[in-house]
Amino acid sequence: MGSTLLEIRDLRTHFVTDQGEIPAVDGMDLVIHQGEIVGVVGESGCGKSVTSLSVMRLIPQPPGKYAGGSILFKGEDLVQAKEKRMKQIRGDEISMIFQEPMTSLNPLLTIGDQIVETLRAHRSMSRKEASSQALEMLKKVGISRAETILRGYPHQLSGGMRQRVMIAIALCCEPELLIADEPTTALDVTIQAQILDLMKKLNEETGTAIMMITHDLGVVAEVCHRVVVMYAGKVVEEGTVREIFEKPRHPYTQGLIRSIPKIEEDVKRLYSIPGNVPKPGSVKEGCRFAARCEHVMDKCLHSLPELVPTTSPGHRSRCWLNTIEEVAN
Amino acid sequence: MSQPAIKLAPPPPAKTEVSSSWRDGWRSFRKNRLAMVGLGIIVFFVLIAVLAPFIAPYDYKEQELVNRLHKPGGEHWFGTDDLGRDIFSRIIYGTRISLWVGISSVVGSIVAGTMLGIVAGYYGRWLDALISRFFDILLAFPGILLAIAIVAALGPSLQNALLAIAIVNVPVFGRLVRARVLSLREEEYIMAARAIGMKNSRILWQHILPNCLGPIIVQGTLGIATAIIEAAALGFLGMGAQPPEPEWGKMLSDSRQFIQNAPWTVIFPGLSIMLTVLGFNLIGDGLRDVLDPRMKS
Repeated sequence: MGSTLLEIRDLRTHFVTDQGEIPAVDGMDLVIHQGEIVGVVGESGCGKSVTSLSVMRLIPQPPGKYAGGSILFKGEDLVQAKEKRMKQIRGDEISMIFQEPMTSLNPLLTIGDQIVETLRAHRSMSRKEASSQALEMLKKVGISRAETILRGYPHQLSGGMRQRVMIAIALCCEPELLIADEPTTALDVTIQAQILDLMKKLNEETGTAIMMITHDLGVVAEVCHRVVVMYAGKVVEEGTVREIFEKPRHPYTQGLIRSIPKIEEDVKRLYSIPGNVPKPGSVKEGCRFAARCEHVMDKCLHSLPELVPTTSPGHRSRCWLNTIEEVAN
Repeated sequence: MSQPAIKLAPPPPAKTEVSSSWRDGWRSFRKNRLAMVGLGIIVFFVLIAVLAPFIAPYDYKEQELVNRLHKPGGEHWFGTDDLGRDIFSRIIYGTRISLWVGISSVVGSIVAGTMLGIVAGYYGRWLDALISRFFDILLAFPGILLAIAIVAALGPSLQNALLAIAIVNVPVFGRLVRARVLSLREEEYIMAARAIGMKNSRILWQHILPNCLGPIIVQGTLGIATAIIEAAALGFLGMGAQPPEPEWGKMLSDSRQFIQNAPWTVIFPGLSIMLTVLGFNLIGDGLRDVLDPRMKS
């Protein structure tokens, strides 16, 4: 594992609304090392996408605002960085791909133009050079007959092909970090597997670290090295994929894993965690998961546990149960 | 639990045909019979305007005072006016004026309106408020009244009439573009363009502007028709083209006292105005059908 690439420390991204300030991301911590694939998992509305847009500094301000914390990318704080610097970073050092490949490409430009445009925004190269590099990129992401596709328009491609093109655009400047915001959610299952395979392969070949935002634990198991589980704007558990799946420590993670249907069991009804995700900012004190937790204790309602290391190294969990077990041991 | 590890099969081949949305558009435009009639009319008038000196049997200024208010016939196909000028030749030369006024004033409105609309829609906030209020002020006056006021201030001439018509139509395009930009700004590919580090100016040129063109072109063709009518109206009021320029509206107003005895003096200029306006309107409607995704089957 390489050195630290991205370090998010106590990030707070709030949105100012008529009802007051809503903390969408409320003290988020995350470390991504060079060449690593980190999954960020959680339900809708837990702050995954806001975290990724915060790193890119693409949160519309207003209503969004950075209320605290820092985002260190190779030691440089992106929260404080000038907009001009951010424009250099975006697409060149950090890239992003979005959930909806059908709408992330400009319908009026050819596929080639859209890749060339990205290359020329960051590299001084002639149209011709950029164009031949675009062709290389398309081949790299597994597009056959790349010459034809280069001259084609988005509406002629299927969803899977478009997501491949998006990946080609995102990776053409060889970024060190790729943020993938639910890259396979809009695709059907066989295409999902192909795209995930492709991302894994590119990660191995180019060493680009990937921050994989998803709500699909299947995706995590398939490609990620490490997982961060988010709940209500905070990290509740992090660890390697193996640890999270085999020994989840936080009741929320346990619930998530229990709700995955298992092919060998014949159950009438799938497990689901009771209750709903609290509205951001509605839980003022105590553990944010307390209301839905089956192990809830008095302590949970009053004070928020810290993200503490568990017995295995690199595995951390934000739950009072851990500390109690440690005392018992 | 985890998805089955499927071996990477070669990606499905995409459709081979490479075609642009413009070519697709032309194909469906061609199927629209009325739009093609409109296009035919306009091509016809454009040819007349270009070839005017070769078609016109007489000079448009040439007066034959012995042949005043001559009936249409072999020598003067559309008859002559009260100064004995050949109406056919005057209408042919008038085509140049009307097309020039219509097209150039609309181009002017489009350029100004689009720039203001894009800035208002994309940057928003106080700039949007400022520009939108400016549009509201212009729209508060009836178009022709505002045009008259502008011409009155600048002095009557074809140039000033053209300018006045352009100014009056700026908010039409401005508001159209602003509304389009407001919805485009939320599109994911705009976010994606920002996520690859593109500059605002480049996003505006490469992504926003081309995606605004559809509605602008439709409104533009319809706008040419309105501009021609407005120019004719200003000409009729004596605030547009000055004699002896053969502007169609001016020809109407100069001849209206002879409408009973020599109706040909007003019929032919009137017909010409009607035909060009009809042509542009048919094209505009056809383009709207082509460019509106809801009309696609």
